Amino acid sequence: MKDEITREERVDNLKGMGCSRKRVEDARFTQGKGNYVDDLKLDGMLFGDFVRTPYAHARIVSINTEEALKVPGVLAVLTAADLEPLGLHWMPTLAGDKQMVLADGKVLFQGQEVAFVVAEDRFAAADGIELVEVEYEELPVIVDPFEALQSDVVLREDLVAEDGSIPDGAHGPRKHPNHIFTWEAGDKEPTEQVINEAEVVAEESMYYHRTHPCPLETCGCVASMDKVNGKLTLWGTFQAPHAIRTVVSLISGIEEHNIRVISPDIGGGFGNKVGAYPGYVCSVVASIVTGKPVKWIEDRMDNLMTTAFARDYHMTGKIAATKEGKITGLQCHVTADHGGFDACADPTKFPAGFMNICTGSYDIPTAFLEVDGVYTNKAPGGVSYRCSFRVTEAVYFIERMIEVLAIKLNMDAAELRRINFIRKEQFPYTAALGWEYDSGDYHTAWDKALKAVDYDGLRAEQAQRVEAFKAGKTRKLMGIGLSFFTEIVGAGPVKNCDILGLGMFDSCEIRIHPTGSAIARLGTISQGQGHATTFAQILASEIGLPADSITIEEGDTDTAPYGLGTYGSRSTPVAGAATAMAGRKIRAKAQMIAAYLLEVHDNDVEFDVDRFVVKGAPEQFKTMKEIAFAAYNQAIPGIEPGLEAVSYYDPPNMTYPFGAYVCVMDIDVDTGVPEIRRFYALDDCGTRINPMIIEGQVHGGLTEALAVALGQEIAYDDMGNCKTGTLMDFFLPTAWEVPNYETDFTVTPSPHHPIGAKGVGESPHVGGVPCFSNAVQDAFRPFGNTHTNMPHDHWRIWKTANDLGLHG
Amino acid sequence: MIPAAFEYYRPKDMAGVLSLLEEHGDDARVMAGGHSLIPMMKLRMADVPHLIDLQDVGGMSEISVGADGIRIGAMVTQSDIIDHEALAAAAPILREAALQIADPQVRYMGTVGGNVANGDPGNDMPGLMQCLDATFTLVGADGSRDVPARDFYEAAYMTAREDDEVLTAVSLAAPTGGYAYEKQKRKIGDYATAAAAVQITREGDTCTSASIAMTNLSDTPIFSEAAGAALVGTALDDGALTAASAAMLGDIDPTEDNRGPVAFKRHVAGVILRRAIERAWSRA
Ligand SMILES: Cc1cc2nc3c(=O)[nH]c(=O)nc-3n(C[C@H](O)[C@H](O)[C@H](O)COP(=O)(O)OP(=O)(O)OC[C@H]3O[C@@H](n4cnc5c(N)ncnc54)[C@H](O)[C@@H]3O)c2cc1C
Repeated sequence: MKDEITREERVDNLKGMGCSRKRVEDARFTQGKGNYVDDLKLDGMLFGDFVRTPYAHARIVSINTEEALKVPGVLAVLTAADLEPLGLHWMPTLAGDKQMVLADGKVLFQGQEVAFVVAEDRFAAADGIELVEVEYEELPVIVDPFEALQSDVVLREDLVAEDGSIPDGAHGPRKHPNHIFTWEAGDKEPTEQVINEAEVVAEESMYYHRTHPCPLETCGCVASMDKVNGKLTLWGTFQAPHAIRTVVSLISGIEEHNIRVISPDIGGGFGNKVGAYPGYVCSVVASIVTGKPVKWIEDRMDNLMTTAFARDYHMTGKIAATKEGKITGLQCHVTADHGGFDACADPTKFPAGFMNICTGSYDIPTAFLEVDGVYTNKAPGGVSYRCSFRVTEAVYFIERMIEVLAIKLNMDAAELRRINFIRKEQFPYTAALGWEYDSGDYHTAWDKALKAVDYDGLRAEQAQRVEAFKAGKTRKLMGIGLSFFTEIVGAGPVKNCDILGLGMFDSCEIRIHPTGSAIARLGTISQGQGHATTFAQILASEIGLPADSITIEEGDTDTAPYGLGTYGSRSTPVAGAATAMAGRKIRAKAQMIAAYLLEVHDNDVEFDVDRFVVKGAPEQFKTMKEIAFAAYNQAIPGIEPGLEAVSYYDPPNMTYPFGAYVCVMDIDVDTGVPEIRRFYALDDCGTRINPMIIEGQVHGGLTEALAVALGQEIAYDDMGNCKTGTLMDFFLPTAWEVPNYETDFTVTPSPHHPIGAKGVGESPHVGGVPCFSNAVQDAFRPFGNTHTNMPHDHWRIWKTANDLGLHG
Repeated sequence: MIPAAFEYYRPKDMAGVLSLLEEHGDDARVMAGGHSLIPMMKLRMADVPHLIDLQDVGGMSEISVGADGIRIGAMVTQSDIIDHEALAAAAPILREAALQIADPQVRYMGTVGGNVANGDPGNDMPGLMQCLDATFTLVGADGSRDVPARDFYEAAYMTAREDDEVLTAVSLAAPTGGYAYEKQKRKIGDYATAAAAVQITREGDTCTSASIAMTNLSDTPIFSEAAGAALVGTALDDGALTAASAAMLGDIDPTEDNRGPVAFKRHVAGVILRRAIERAWSRA
């Protein structure tokens, strides 16, 4: 047989790995045809919404629902007293703590859920909420975790024994009623010794402020209990639908096969949609009580003020080095503000997430990390906002410590990084705090980045600018922000990664249709990452069918195989690997079929792009399309009909993407206004599946990094009032505030991943925050600045200048 | 974010509006573009049992630029201002300022009348109109009256307008000389951290008149007569700029908010004013 098209054209037709295939999702998203949970309308559907406390810490004296129930359309008002008989007035958190579903005697943060008003529509619910009368008795408010650890005010009476003693928490002993855990990694004494004996030690305290992932779509759900067949269907904005199913089953007692969880289109998650919220529980209960579907959708203020926040880490570090700048040891202490309940979404064994990646990209022989979790009167959460578990905090910490050390050594910070990088030949590299980095080539990436931006030229220009400033010729300073980050993503190996006891593997199930198209289902769920596009590309390359002929489906627990969902840049490292492995099972069976059809031995055929060919005789072949048809329609001795495969992938290790970022910023000293002149981002995410999607992820992640570094925060006053509950004050950058990003890459595949891919969604955020922050700090370095805290909004930048005496 | 229940009216003429206002008194409010009022209602900070939409009333959407001055109907949107060439030629500061208000979507809806009648110290047009010495025309049951912008603002959300009056137009003499509207904000769509409106005339190197108003630095816009006076007769040397700035700082009274503490706002107000004066001077 003669081919009409070349091999290259056959490769192109697949639109497989490495192709900038256009996102298949965009046709519906750009036409407003997405299907989000709030688009769902069911017959007789009711609407529930919360009465929330205006006080951050108060006892509930009484709740009177009489007037609310008189509002036309209001059907019921649930309080903790109604949930208690079902055992649902509290629920477990992902962090081993428990959380009130509805205020049980007291409230612990402003906006906490007090009562759930169920009405025929959301307007009646809103009017009902106004009329629920709650009498509060105010209690002293604690918003500072250091104060919490000294205070006599007990936030969580439920965690203190009757004799006043403090029982252990989920992560061991607690030293104060408001203390949650102490978590340690590394070696304390050896690290202290290194620091005590070091030639140079730099110290710094820094606060990584509280912020919020703020996805465009807020959280919400629709619960529908079918009393006839006993089945509960729960649609919602879930980043981990299977985990939600299991949790709902465990806390409600409904058997898991009677629960169907569906995540429809999700408008961004960034960690905010991993955990379980009182709205889910109340909607389920309300549906069981009323026998009707019940919808709950947060508004923007609910989302910002009450659902999972991120960061809020007070970090203190010591970094030891030789006079030449070789780092010898690192110590880090964190006081972590977790709010009123510990609702962090971390793997069980890691109450501070992967904060122990804080030795960063450097060969640091000795290190010690200690984290204290603390309760305060703030909203619970502590999720990973576009980063793998607490990696943003870790990378910010080390990338600031490097800068602080460079100042102490009077050294160039780029050079200091270079002499301390883990060298290429050291991989796989076991870090002092335990992780085994899979692969990396940091020096190559660094050199490429510095060359691309003409680093030496930038430094020369900066020196001139400082002179001009001192001579009164300009009021603008120039900052060069550097960051080199190593991410740790793809959680994770079941041997050390679980959430609530659920192992963090992931899965893919493939069915090839007789005519040579396919459907693949995964345990993950896209929230904008473009899974339907990229996973089809992985499969296209693995099984030789065009990506355009492969449907990717996620998010329906009745059809998708069990998986732990999408967050922490885990989809490609884990489910992507499962996809490749399932594809290889398909290919193995296809090989046997091809050999039969070609009348040769199995080993005499080999895979070639979209077909199996007879070795040495490429004109004799069977395409995958032909093989698919034969699989179903031809009796082949010894081979079952059909062409399907499933793979559950338990990754042998995490993956370690890395990157080198440079930001050039001009700062108006008099107004505090920063202007980003240039931002260069080199990412190494291993094998690149779709360069266009990678670029999009980098742009998005950098924009969220810019937001966090330059102004985005959840701030409280002393009374625990949230000061940034609307988008008027919570900084969400628009196209206007965003600079032009230059993206670049190197490729260092992961040696243990089937296709060598490492994940990229979160890298730009993780690496971007310290880069923007370092640029601000670097601008003031010539005037004596060592560190100032984020967010670097106008007034704080102005204050830095003012404190340094730059306003004359 | 759902407002309390309200009655919605859409009268076809001013008589209809006025009779509704008379009937419902305090319980009624007119709505122009709704981009200040509706958010307040959704937050349940404004309780408006009777909402009177002005969109169908007519006669308030014209911009006229003539020898006798400029007249801008209350329902003219911020976007109309930006697009109007004759207006931009006659009073370019209006376009410069309007381009710094909110974002394009808001500017399609937000009106001049709503912006100046609202009484929110964050609105940019009140200070702008004070700088331009504009006059607001108010129509009520007893007929119409004119109030100078410089006498209109009493406190946050408190103005010289009576509850049963509608603001129908803004009139001003075409400004002469150089102009600048300078605004510092945290992001697009944000109200000012500090903003300055400046109109200035010169003869040779001497400043012959200067009008200065500041935004979001007190509970009302601040027309700083003293700041303008400090410039007149000078060559706008550093001393004059410093004097103008000092005079302005004597007139404003900012409060701390998420944009920053008082010391920062006062400093930025001085910087912004200086820049506005310099730019206006260079255009005079
Ligand atoms: C995201 C966002 C950002 C914004 N940023 C800015 C900004 O940077 N600068 C700025 O100046 N504004 C800003 N605004 C406000 C915007 O410009 C408003 O549209 C404007 O302030 C009010 O105009 P309106 O036509 O929408 O008035 P409405 O909201 O309809 O009315 C506002 C008030 O004025 C009263 N009113 C309206 N018209 C009349 C009338 N003819 N007679 C008597 N009373 C009347 C109403 O009763 C109401 O009390 C912003 C708004 C939004 C939503």
